[in-house]
Parts: sequence; structure tokens; C-alpha cells
Amino acid sequence: MSPRAAWRLESLGFSDVYDFVPGKAAWLAMGWTSEGELAGSLTAGKVARKDIPSARIGETVGDAHRRAAESGLDLCLVVNKAEIYMGRLRGRSLEADPTMPVEMAMEHGSSTVRPSEPLEGLVKRMTKHAVDSIVVSDLKGRLIGALLLPDAQQALDSLSG
Amino acid sequence: MPNEVGIDGIQRLIHAGAQLIEILPAREYSEEHLPGAINIPLKSLTEDSVSDLDRAQPTVVYCWDYQ
Repeated sequence: MSPRAAWRLESLGFSDVYDFVPGKAAWLAMGWTSEGELAGSLTAGKVARKDIPSARIGETVGDAHRRAAESGLDLCLVVNKAEIYMGRLRGRSLEADPTMPVEMAMEHGSSTVRPSEPLEGLVKRMTKHAVDSIVVSDLKGRLIGALLLPDAQQALDSLSG
Repeated sequence: MPNEVGIDGIQRLIHAGAQLIEILPAREYSEEHLPGAINIPLKSLTEDSVSDLDRAQPTVVYCWDYQ
């Protein structure tokens, strides 16, 4: 639709017209602010912890383990130099050889959600599949944070209670 | 010929003062829209509906996704 609208505007005399091709879905998936009735609704991005422990490719399992321990979480997310989420360490992978590069020990391919993901449905799916945390990344794969199930449940309880 | 802009360029246009038009139906606009956007559904995009806009200023239109 937007190409038609852009051409229509030009025919109406607008001289500098742009078609934002990725659209509103992409905007919201970047975690950027919005306005409207649903703008205040709970989403993964709003409840995700942004201060989740992280390590860069090339750092060691020991680095990841120390940061996870300092945060009190059994989790450390791995990003590359462009802040793209690459994998995670938790549980036994955090206990691997502390001199090993994180990319050798991390779990690859864990699911991510976009920050615009509505929280209620996401919590139902996480509960159903016994997922206790999920990584939140933007449209380009950049790490935003991690949504922890207890945080999400508490946020929904606060809203309803 | 209209230009295309992606995620990398949209913020720059907005900061430069571009006018934003969401062309989706009013119900979808009222639920959620980009900050500062106005709503002119595609079928209402007429001479009258754009009369208050500055035709010389950068103007961005968008819908939901790659439709």
C-alpha cells in the first residue's frame, strides 16, 4: 500500500516523498517508542532486563562466569562486536574450562523474540514449553536484553491486580 | 519518483523534521503508530486530506510492513 500512497502524494504536488518500506511492524520490532492505545501495553521489550550479563566473542568462559555470578543469574549472553546476539551460556556451559573462549562453550540457536512481542501470549508459550528465559533482540539481531519468566509473570500480575 | 527509506534512514528523516503519514485504517492507527504520525488512510489520500501539510517538506508514508 505504501508505494501507492507515495506515488499518490507526488501526484498531489509533494516534492520530497519517502516510502518507509519496512513499516510500522519493523519500527516496533526495533523497540522504538510509539503512540496510541496499545503503546502502554506490556511487551517483551518493556519487561526484559537490559542489564543482563554479557560477554563478547573472544572473551573467556571465566569472564562470563564471573559476570553471571555477580548478577546472581545463571546466564550470560554472548554478543559480537556489532552487539549482535550470538548465543548464551548457562548451567554447565558456564562451568566449562574458564580459559575457553565463550564461542566454544555457548549454546547456539536459542530462540529470540522482538521487543514488540505482546507479553501475555509470550508468557503462556514460555510456561507451556517450560522456558524460563528468552532473549530479546531487535530487528537487526542486536541484543536488547533477556526476559525472565518470573519478571514477566510479576508484570502481568501487577497489571491485573 | 518517491524514495524508499529503511530502518537505517527513518530516524534521520524524522529528526530532520519529516512529516509522517500512516495510511492504515483509523482503527489500526489509534491502536499504535509512530510518534508524531498523522493518519490518512490510503483511500482518503486526496487533495483535501493533505491540504494542511507542507508539500515542500520531506514526507514519509508507511503501512504495516512490506505490503
